[in-house]
Amino acid sequence: MKLKLAIGLGSTCSGCDIAILDLAERILELVDLADIVFWPTAMDFKLEDLSKFGEGEIDISIYHGTVRTSEQEHIAHLLREKSKAVMAFGSCACFGGIPGLCNLTNREEIFRTVYKETPSTVNPDFITPQTRVKVGDFELTLPELYDDGKSLKQVVDVDYYLPGCPPVVELIEKLIPILRSAQNGELPPKGTVIASDKTLCDECPLRRENKIIDHITRVHEIIPDPERCLLEQGILCMGPATRGGCGARCISALMPCRGCMGPPPGVKDQGARMISAIASILAVDEEQELPEEEVERLIEGIKDPAGTFYRFTLPEALLNRKVGERK
Amino acid sequence: MERFEPKIIGFCCNWCAYAGADLAGISRIQYPPNLRMIRVMCSGSVDPEHILEAFRNGADGVFIGGCHPGDCHYMSGNYKTLRKVKLLKKLLPQLGLEPERVRLEWVSAAEGARFAQVVADFIEEIRRLGPNPWKRTKGAER
Repeated sequence: MKLKLAIGLGSTCSGCDIAILDLAERILELVDLADIVFWPTAMDFKLEDLSKFGEGEIDISIYHGTVRTSEQEHIAHLLREKSKAVMAFGSCACFGGIPGLCNLTNREEIFRTVYKETPSTVNPDFITPQTRVKVGDFELTLPELYDDGKSLKQVVDVDYYLPGCPPVVELIEKLIPILRSAQNGELPPKGTVIASDKTLCDECPLRRENKIIDHITRVHEIIPDPERCLLEQGILCMGPATRGGCGARCISALMPCRGCMGPPPGVKDQGARMISAIASILAVDEEQELPEEEVERLIEGIKDPAGTFYRFTLPEALLNRKVGERK
Repeated sequence: MERFEPKIIGFCCNWCAYAGADLAGISRIQYPPNLRMIRVMCSGSVDPEHILEAFRNGADGVFIGGCHPGDCHYMSGNYKTLRKVKLLKKLLPQLGLEPERVRLEWVSAAEGARFAQVVADFIEEIRRLGPNPWKRTKGAER
């Protein structure tokens, strides 16, 4: 029996859709196994097409993107209601992703910047998007933008996770055997993460020599040794705090890991894990003599800790947003 | 208005700071009761996750007590602690928390009076800073 597959989206760059299309000819295997009943990015589907399904009538739903507006939240709930299994696809759905960095600010501040303070904006009445506006006889509506970006599991119950920004084809291909066994009613256990259970360092092709950083540098400031661990060369690489399975594709291009696969199993907070990892190797060869001020000076090399350590996981962090100014 | 009584979580290493706290107790030195102490084997075993978790659950401050540099029972745990705390203090302001809410102090087993003093100082500082702002955000209801 052919399965029914739905692909819905939230705050997304649609790179996840492109990643699915990157299956190339194997996408034909996918459509052999499943009818795609909803995929607005690729085909002409409307939300009401999704609403027409009965409860649990869709076999697997894939959701990519952060949940950041009332409409996206509605889609997430709708997919959950209509589907037997829901998969968070890509870093945004899995952990909040890049749009989740909106938690470092809020709607009011965003509106003020975008509709008032940017030099190219002329908006003397400070008109901002409203959820409802009356124009003549018509009432127009817009979804509400929330203060917080959320991962999918903060909104609905999620069965499976496929992280990556975007997920690599090698991992997306694993969906095909999963769909094949789903035809016989066999699904992987709930909570399965389609990726490695080890950290990225485990699959990193570069050579580690001493596990010591003596300074912190930024990627554009040096030409790295192409054989040696980037962290040891002072480039902040999130490898020690990131789940593997991506094939270390950034590192193969000598770009440090940015952490898109999220924390490894057993880690709640990717940023905290990264702080711990750096602390255990930062200038530890001379730690007995090094004065505190020198440690502080080295740490100054990290310009944006929240943006670096939580680039993809801020909404899932223990402290997952900036708290308000004291009034 | 009622006086604000901060709740402070303290991680104290078994060999120095906790022993220092013990000595303060045995010597009957008084200090305010706002510190909830957790004994750990080494200050280096305090993961930043523990500190963030404390704030998430509403702690107004987190105190970490370790051995003086050079005195670590495990050779170098306290140097790692120093780095962790400094890194964390750089992160906290981006999340809207004052870095002063985390304090790292070196206290030896012989420094009972000093233990009482630094804890009392820290409690006063947190009293000045006021309650943990995280408690007032919607995010905390997650």
